[in-house]
Amino acid sequence: MALPQAKQDALSARIAGLSLQRDGWLGAARGEALARLTAMGLPVRRDEYWRYTDPASLTAVEAPKAAVFDSSDESPVFDGIDRLKIVFVDGVFDAAASDDLSLAGVEIERLAKAGGADIHWARDVYGVLEARGQKPVERPLAALNSAFATDGVLIRVTGRAARPVSLVYVHNSDSSDAILHHCVKLEAGAEITVLENGPAAARFSKVMEVEVAEGARFHHIRAQGRDHERRAVTHIFARLGAGALFKSFTLTANGVLTRNEAVIELAGDEAVAHVAGAAVGDGSFHHDDTVFVTHAAERCESRQVFKKVLKNGAVGVFQGKILVKPGAQKTDGYQISQSLLLDEDSQFLAKPELEIYADDVKCSHGSTSGAIDETALFYLRSRGVPMRVAQSLLVLAFLAEAIAEIEDEAIAEDIRSRLEGWLARHEH
Amino acid sequence: MLRIENLHVKLEEEDKQILKGVDLSIGAGEVHAIMGPNGSGKSTLSYVLSGRDGYEVTAGSATLDGEELLEMEPEERAASGLFLAFQYPVEIPGVGNMTFLRTAVNAQRKARGEEEMSAGDFLKVVREKAKKLKIDAEMLKRPVNVGFSGGEKKRNEILQMAMLEPKMCILDETDSGLDVDAMKLVSDGVNALRDEGRSFLVITHYQRLLDHIRPDVVHIMANGRIIKTGGPELALEVEHNGYADLLAEVQ
Repeated sequence: MALPQAKQDALSARIAGLSLQRDGWLGAARGEALARLTAMGLPVRRDEYWRYTDPASLTAVEAPKAAVFDSSDESPVFDGIDRLKIVFVDGVFDAAASDDLSLAGVEIERLAKAGGADIHWARDVYGVLEARGQKPVERPLAALNSAFATDGVLIRVTGRAARPVSLVYVHNSDSSDAILHHCVKLEAGAEITVLENGPAAARFSKVMEVEVAEGARFHHIRAQGRDHERRAVTHIFARLGAGALFKSFTLTANGVLTRNEAVIELAGDEAVAHVAGAAVGDGSFHHDDTVFVTHAAERCESRQVFKKVLKNGAVGVFQGKILVKPGAQKTDGYQISQSLLLDEDSQFLAKPELEIYADDVKCSHGSTSGAIDETALFYLRSRGVPMRVAQSLLVLAFLAEAIAEIEDEAIAEDIRSRLEGWLARHEH
Repeated sequence: MLRIENLHVKLEEEDKQILKGVDLSIGAGEVHAIMGPNGSGKSTLSYVLSGRDGYEVTAGSATLDGEELLEMEPEERAASGLFLAFQYPVEIPGVGNMTFLRTAVNAQRKARGEEEMSAGDFLKVVREKAKKLKIDAEMLKRPVNVGFSGGEKKRNEILQMAMLEPKMCILDETDSGLDVDAMKLVSDGVNALRDEGRSFLVITHYQRLLDHIRPDVVHIMANGRIIKTGGPELALEVEHNGYADLLAEVQ
């Protein structure tokens, strides 16, 4: 089907200023991504998948300006965690601020450097998982990212990573427009934790493709920056082999627009994928979690746990789907999306979906939105706990199920104490 | 200690008068009981004193050691020494019992300008007090009242009371849902806290709780008023004859 002229024009305008690198294996992958993008066009509000989130500012030619937020009142996220740091400032690699890229059990390269070779392991991952994730729902912004990403990291994990790899995204310029693309490949039995934190840019597009081979374990914890005006569209595409584990948790506070997509394929028997998010939004905050989990093998388990706390007109969106393919027997799928609305101006839009083509499966989903429990609030206050502290306790309790998805206790505590601090100071 | 004068209370949402002029005075170290038929306003009295939403005070006052309670926020009332043991203790998923207790103890200390309790000291004290109430470590770790049996919830209320050391304790039908052994345990917990500086208001339907927690004064409440006041023998009288005679007497 030919693309409508308006979509065609919008796409041409958007990519006019971007340069397509044609060299090496990466050039070929970029060319294919551009072909996918050209066939799809950019998303518009009328598209079913963008009904609750207006993509206009994500597809605009120029990134809307976003002031840099001063977060010097607290130590950076994951500061206390022993990790290998890779720093990008407004999407540009910062060698001076980054650690040496050598780590036992892991090979790390920068995309901008490794892309020119003729052969590379990442050829089987880059744009490949993204392309698989374009069906049955189109994700043009991910294809745009694959075609035009300026940098990123390629991480191949052959053993047990000695330390977490930490991607730090610094936002310095109020008009920066960053596109990063990472690939992570875990060989059989390997294990790594990837951390991400920071606002990255005024507008940030990021794709992470993760191939988790048999029995390998991938842990991902991310804290998106507190800049109020920043915009981000992110995609995680993951494919899991037999007995593999994938766990991803995202904390989002502030940001005028965030769309986080997770597209996960359980391709091997007994694979386990958990994806969770905790978001706290105030005022002009729009946060969209869009998740698509495909069960394509037997005895796999998936969990989606998304919690949002919204106030002063903040908007939360959840689109979550579990697709159980024919033959994916003994599937155990769980999905919960809940929001706590601290006032009547805020709203939560949820579209939970189950599509099941196997007969011996266990799938459940639930979605709720509600106010803070007044009875619990009174109970706490009657014991002398001041109103604001009582509210924070209940908000943290509400988010607890999502935070519980973080396996590493030190990292979970970092996230928890941060939230506690923000809630206590009444700001994010 | 607690002085309630001519207290009139109606429901905020509807035009329904619940308390129609309650007068009650409890001295330091005294234990008073309020008995009365269903709907007489006993629980409303406890909620109004502790500051729950949904009630409107149309007249009267309630002071604790001279301070007007009715103008304070619930947490201020707690900090000034008022404690309500709930008839239906509230379940709070996601908030650990220990975190809850410690937050409450330290919030009250802070409000009174006292130093906060260290984690170590707190743990020592709470373990010791929990042991007396047969509350095990597991119960302390679990979320507040979640999955607790009726008896465990009531014991947890008494533990909170023991930790917060209030001067005025209101027990709202603490005996409801308790078997004989649990009632003994809870009563022992309450009795252990009795001293010269601490007063109790025990709200109950049944005389049997008063066998364990011996009151100094017994009040009968009906139709939003206290209609009779006497000694412990008044509770026995009600137990034998019911409320009908007393109500008829007043009318």
